[in-house]
Amino acid sequence: MLLEDISQAVGNTPLVGLPRLSPPDYRIYLKLEGHNPTGSVKDRVAKYLIEQAEVYGLLRPGQRVLEPTSGNTGIGLAAICRVKGHPLTCVLPENTSEERRQLLELFGADLVLSPASEGSNGSVRVARELAAADPELYMPFQYGNPANALAHYETTAPEIIADLPDVAAFVAGLGTGGSVTGVGKRLKRWNPAVKVYAAEPEYGDLVYGLRNLDEGYVPEVLDLSVLDSRIKVNSLRALEWTRRLAEEEGIFAGVSTGASLAVAVRVCDRLPAGSKIVAMSPDGGWKYLSTGAYEPGDVSQIAERISGILWA
Amino acid sequence: MPVVRIPTVLRKHTDGAAKIEVSGSDVGEVLRGLVAAHPGLSEQLFDGDKVRGFINVYVEDEDIRYLDGLASPVGDDAEIALMPAVAGGAG
Repeated sequence: MLLEDISQAVGNTPLVGLPRLSPPDYRIYLKLEGHNPTGSVKDRVAKYLIEQAEVYGLLRPGQRVLEPTSGNTGIGLAAICRVKGHPLTCVLPENTSEERRQLLELFGADLVLSPASEGSNGSVRVARELAAADPELYMPFQYGNPANALAHYETTAPEIIADLPDVAAFVAGLGTGGSVTGVGKRLKRWNPAVKVYAAEPEYGDLVYGLRNLDEGYVPEVLDLSVLDSRIKVNSLRALEWTRRLAEEEGIFAGVSTGASLAVAVRVCDRLPAGSKIVAMSPDGGWKYLSTGAYEPGDVSQIAERISGILWA
Repeated sequence: MPVVRIPTVLRKHTDGAAKIEVSGSDVGEVLRGLVAAHPGLSEQLFDGDKVRGFINVYVEDEDIRYLDGLASPVGDDAEIALMPAVAGGAG
């Protein structure tokens, strides 16, 4: 596979079966998005956010990009912006893991920290204030930009269909809602019988540190009508499945993968025997090593200890 | 009796309680019972007869929007969780 530039290396990720963890009569496959250039599914989103903005004239050559992101989107944007010649500012909660901050800075991004107590909503708030104050900044805003879901509609879903035309169900975690919306719509267009399930991470109290509910936020990108069910997964269950994935299938994934896998296993009995289910693995575990999620020891104690930072 | 889990942001209306037992055979009945005991929650949870858009209600981890909404049945020892909508975690 010869490519002229790192931006061409986005996508075409492996779809890997889980013969040891799938319930009897079902087969779960993981879409291993950790195989993207900067190690996450967000490379697809970052590429689409920037290229669409360039195509539509929203982003001039050399113009600065600003985005609220707690990590993966920022890292993807940082790499893409570097090769496309855009300086980048990322707004992220101050409790974001050290690995992710170092990666962002290595790629040349400028960091603005928002209060940990406000979670991701705080990053969104601060980024909006900065963008409003400076018209020279271009904010792609992944939570509200159709290019986010479009990346999955045009790349992730067609790859799944090509590899597994008889896919019966798709499961992905809910962050911006881009993957469930984009992949879900395309799979349902391919086969209206396909089911789409969202795994909703049950964040720690820190992430829920909203002062009142009016600050709650439903991303515009998320289309709730594409979902057949939304199932919440707590830190413990997500962590248990993430660790089993390494122990039994030899796959080292981030904790969001465990959440998707927990839901994939749960919904099997709603599907006909023999069904094939694709679960999204947004990234590998590398960037979360410092959280302690993979340390030896009692998994419930580890989950308790890290629930505040796990999804940050 | 079903148990309702209260998110941090709403505990000022429940005297700090994180879990509250409320009787009822469906979600609507339980939430009405909850609001009757803690009237401060009413405006936070409901917009007229409907649950507010920023609130996600789960019965045994399933979003009631994809069950039967407020008519979703709840078992005797069911857990009903109220969660505020937040922007994505690993976004």
